[in-house]
Amino acid sequence: MSVHPTSPQFKANAGHALADAQLQRAMGNVKKGFIEKRRAAADRLPEFEAMRDSARDIKDHTLAHLDLYLERYEEKVTQVGGHVHYARDAAEARQIILDICKAQDAKTVTKGKSMISEEIGINAYLEAAGMQPVETDLGEYIIQLRNEMPSHIIAPAVHLNASQVESDFRRVHKHLDKERDLSQPVQLLTEARAVLRERFLAADVGITGANFLVAETGSSIIVTNEGNGDLTQTLPRTHIVLASIEKIIPTLDDVAQLLRVLARSATGQDLSVYTTFSTGPRRSGDVDGPENYHVVILDNGRSSMLGTSFEEMLRCIRCGACMNHCPVYHAVGGHAYGWVYPGPMGAVLTPSLIGVDKGGHLPNASTFCGRCESVCPVRIPLPKMMRHWREREFERHLSPATVRAGLSFWGYFAKRPRLYRFTTRLAMGTLGWLGRIKGQRKGRFSRLPLAGGWTQYRDFPAPQGATFQERWRREQDAGKRKEAA
Amino acid sequence: MAARDEIFTTIRRSLGVRGDERTRLGVVEDRLAHAPKGLIPQRGQVSGEARIALFAEQAESVQASVARVADRSQVPEAIAAYLRDHNLPAELRMGADPRLAGMPWGETSLSLKHGASDGSDANAVSHAYGGIAETGTLVMVSGADNPSTLNLLPDNHIVVVDAAGIEGDYETMWERLRATYGKGVMPRTVNYITGPSRSGDIEQTLLLGAHGPRRVHIVVVGEPAADAHA
Repeated sequence: MSVHPTSPQFKANAGHALADAQLQRAMGNVKKGFIEKRRAAADRLPEFEAMRDSARDIKDHTLAHLDLYLERYEEKVTQVGGHVHYARDAAEARQIILDICKAQDAKTVTKGKSMISEEIGINAYLEAAGMQPVETDLGEYIIQLRNEMPSHIIAPAVHLNASQVESDFRRVHKHLDKERDLSQPVQLLTEARAVLRERFLAADVGITGANFLVAETGSSIIVTNEGNGDLTQTLPRTHIVLASIEKIIPTLDDVAQLLRVLARSATGQDLSVYTTFSTGPRRSGDVDGPENYHVVILDNGRSSMLGTSFEEMLRCIRCGACMNHCPVYHAVGGHAYGWVYPGPMGAVLTPSLIGVDKGGHLPNASTFCGRCESVCPVRIPLPKMMRHWREREFERHLSPATVRAGLSFWGYFAKRPRLYRFTTRLAMGTLGWLGRIKGQRKGRFSRLPLAGGWTQYRDFPAPQGATFQERWRREQDAGKRKEAA
Repeated sequence: MAARDEIFTTIRRSLGVRGDERTRLGVVEDRLAHAPKGLIPQRGQVSGEARIALFAEQAESVQASVARVADRSQVPEAIAAYLRDHNLPAELRMGADPRLAGMPWGETSLSLKHGASDGSDANAVSHAYGGIAETGTLVMVSGADNPSTLNLLPDNHIVVVDAAGIEGDYETMWERLRATYGKGVMPRTVNYITGPSRSGDIEQTLLLGAHGPRRVHIVVVGEPAADAHA
């Protein structure tokens, strides 16, 4: 019942996305907002680049000692009366959560934003068991009404425009006045606040994710701007934290380092509005807070990434900066990626979690421009890892026959440098000559054999003269002559 | 515990370790025991009135408002004035914090309610454990004195913080929490609050008052600590 990936249809998904005018309008907001805000936040903190190094080092240290920190974390949670559960895969995690909810005779289950909960598909599972899961993050609530997946890991409804949200609210909130004005975003927010306030107060169980789990204290940490996750974990009798193994961080001081890069990279805030540290259930004398505190720790393939060329992906703190800066993500949005995690981090993580046979298209959806790596707060070498996936896809004979044939053809020449130089000079010379003699569109081709994918959308410029290698050699020689003189 | 065992086994196999190596255990115990500080930004490394000014500047930059009073006896009137100025109801919920209880509320016409919030309160007041100047952040600890629901449910949240309790950075706040509660021990909930609730989920337009308070008003009380280390 977990989310069925459409990642194998990436090309078709992307085609639909490019033709979707509503989506294209909404995606304009990503390019405008996130990039500028992150840059301004980074500029306000002179130590930002050094802080990224510090964040990377903390994550590397933790991953190298993950077994031990997990044990210490579990001890601490147990000491304060919480329960730690381990789930190897999505099915085990769903069952553990369902059992806890059943034991509480739960009817309404509120949820803070959690990508792991999307990964295990918990909502559909709880619904099938007769419970009502309610997403409380505004963006998540909107997409739940639309029966969609998040299209961004921190801005789940970034693919939508306000008018679409308005029509969803009118469709679902039938008890409200039909004539009410919802033309302004603030009116939509106010309506969602009132509707969800009732759900918060009615909830029997609250499920949140965790940005970090602290080994030193046994605390789970969530970072939100709305306060929804905080209400989700404060009001119901039972709080369930759902987190994957790599969320463990050694100490509160280490968390402080990561917090300083998280919000700046994500939304361009110095710190998110609410950073909430929860440690166990209600204590004696408390007048609010959950009576039961459970943590479900999910592996789902991550432990096998340790010690491989994909280990560094486990440093990810889910800020979304890589997708905010990705030209491919800007063009097609998050849904085209076809599973839970979109953008560059999704292109690396998805094949690890659902298999390169299903997710293999995603690492190909990159121009390798390198912006993702240049903004990653924990310096994950995303382009390098996408290249690893391409290699694996090729090795496992998963790439299409045409791609393989093309690469073999190119490989034949690439391994024979003199033949390569001769052939490219001949081909470029011919193309250049054709470009010069062609009548009306001098210097450009509107159609070329074997290059239809390119020329369908734009002209192919005719080569202007020498090949790259020839030019390179000439420039090197010129440089040497200058030095000698 | 089959799942637990298998996960630990896979982690250890992937890392190429057994889990009982002395050096690794030593490294982990040492880090947990000493919690080495990382890189602390210069921004918060100011003391005295400069630190209070930084705290106020940062809090205001995220749409909180800040008032300053000389001592606790002036807090009720400052809050009453704030509610009046913003046309808010003259009512206020609070927990059992003795610092709040000791204030002269009788000098105002505010009607007071006590205990956790049921979600219908217009206003609440809490006493913060402290503040962090680096980002204008309030640090709230849970308990009957200042129930966590007061931080989240009322429309308008008023927070009293002692000027002497405002630290420069997060790391100093951890030192204080460890001194109060013990190393490795945390109150049930610690809320870091940096401005009023907000959402950018509709067309990336920032709107205040998503699920938490629409307004956060901070009343800073008294003089900053005479600071030795800044």
